[in-house]
Amino acid sequence: MHFFSFLAAFLLALRISRAIKFTALHQKWRMILRISAGVPIVLFIIFNERLSDDGVLIVAGIYLLLFIEYLKKQEDFKSFTVLLNAHYPLVAAGIISGIVGVTLDSFYEKWESFFVCAQLASFLWIFLRLSTSRKQQQELRRINERKDELEAMVAARTAEITQQKNELQETVKELQATQAQLIQQEKLASLGELTAGIAHEIQNPLNFVNNFSEVSMELIEEMEEEMAKGDMEEANAIAADIKQNLEKIRHHGKRADGIVKGMLQHSRASSNIKEPTNLNTIADEYFRLAYHGLRAKDKSFNAELVANLDPNLPLINIVPQDVGRVLLNMFTNAFYAVHQKQKIIGGDFKPRVEVSTKVIGKEVEVIVRDNGSGIPDAIKDKIMQPFFTTKPAGEGTGLGLSLSYDIIVKAHKGHINIDSKEGEGTAFVITLPLS
Amino acid sequence: MKILVVDDEADVQPLFLQRFRKEIRNHEIEFDFAQSGEEALSYLKDKRQEVVLILSDINMPGMSGIELLTHIREDFPTPPPPVVMMITAYGDEENYKQAMDKGADDFLTKPLDFNLLKEKLKTL
Repeated sequence: MHFFSFLAAFLLALRISRAIKFTALHQKWRMILRISAGVPIVLFIIFNERLSDDGVLIVAGIYLLLFIEYLKKQEDFKSFTVLLNAHYPLVAAGIISGIVGVTLDSFYEKWESFFVCAQLASFLWIFLRLSTSRKQQQELRRINERKDELEAMVAARTAEITQQKNELQETVKELQATQAQLIQQEKLASLGELTAGIAHEIQNPLNFVNNFSEVSMELIEEMEEEMAKGDMEEANAIAADIKQNLEKIRHHGKRADGIVKGMLQHSRASSNIKEPTNLNTIADEYFRLAYHGLRAKDKSFNAELVANLDPNLPLINIVPQDVGRVLLNMFTNAFYAVHQKQKIIGGDFKPRVEVSTKVIGKEVEVIVRDNGSGIPDAIKDKIMQPFFTTKPAGEGTGLGLSLSYDIIVKAHKGHINIDSKEGEGTAFVITLPLS
Repeated sequence: MKILVVDDEADVQPLFLQRFRKEIRNHEIEFDFAQSGEEALSYLKDKRQEVVLILSDINMPGMSGIELLTHIREDFPTPPPPVVMMITAYGDEENYKQAMDKGADDFLTKPLDFNLLKEKLKTL
């Protein structure tokens, strides 16, 4: 029984060597483990001849202890701790049996079977532990496999989600592009509505330019005649008229110029730059453009245009094109509403659209009021929504009020309130902060 | 001969005065102006008898030229009825028909051809 500890050390070295055979540790530890397996055999051969059985027991126990302690210090064999610990009973049983055998020979004789049993039991204990630890390791391996599986699944899911995220981002980008396009279309649509109004507004000043220059040519001939006759007083009067006419020509030229510039500004993408602006000028300009726009489409349409513009209105910081578009939209809607009512009621109805501006505290209030068909309660909540329109298909984009809301509320920190009674009329109240 | 010109554009006034400079100086023609249909009607209430010809723009804010024409025909039926000529920038068929139906004597388009107008005045 005195060789158990050597046998255990030998088997331990073999077992570990086999366990790491197909791992990265194999190369590193191969030689050391081979030597460790050989050492017990060599020691047994050397000491078996020279020492008593008890002496061999002590040497073998000490060797086994040293071997275990050495292995336990190695980081690489952490997973074998259970197996290594299982050897301690054998170490203890061997060394104690040896020491007792050497020092208390008679006592040992008497209890020999007990000591042998202890050694045998602790030797068997190793195998018992080994089989359970093997099960544990199998379990561990299974858990590891399961973990790998789960990790693979998580990775797959993550990839899937990432792809979905990218697709969504792509979609959002596309939607944003579409939105920009729609806004541009809405601008062009409202420009289309304006075209007739613009043509009329330009035609008028152009007529004046033509008429005044023609009449001025005639006047110069007359002036020459008067001068030939020697009537200098009359000639001077005519000269004054001519001068006045040239001023009128310039005035109406500038008027046409301003309208063309306004038109270009309307269709151009907004610069988004706020600048001190005279709201009255914009309101007045778009008021007439919107009216003539509808007038040109339907010759029978007529409305009373009332402008109550506060002459003391200070310049306010706004993006003129954007706010102009909002007003144009309000005017177009108002004219549309009174026109609809006129179509239904007929001759007795007097369409009236009014724009007013005034300063209230730290805000400017612009009211566009009509006596048209009004907004039914059922749709009051919807009219600010994009793509909502009551106009027949193809006539409205449904973006006018929605964009107006964005411009006034989001971009200018203002408000839009609607006061409407079905059948009686509508007032859109726009408030913009003064500073 | 007194002519009432109705147009919301104020600059029409010097234009007429200069175009008819000689006629005015020779006291052949006299002009009065109104800047809206409403103003024209109140003017006519007092001076209906003096006015021989009314030249009215159709496209004006508030009372349109066509409405003014209707009022004139209703309010002043006593013969001889005033001659009313409508002027418009929209010289289309529909406008023309509407004006004629309401009792216009003539229909002129902008830009106004003053030589043509003078010819027409001679026949009055």
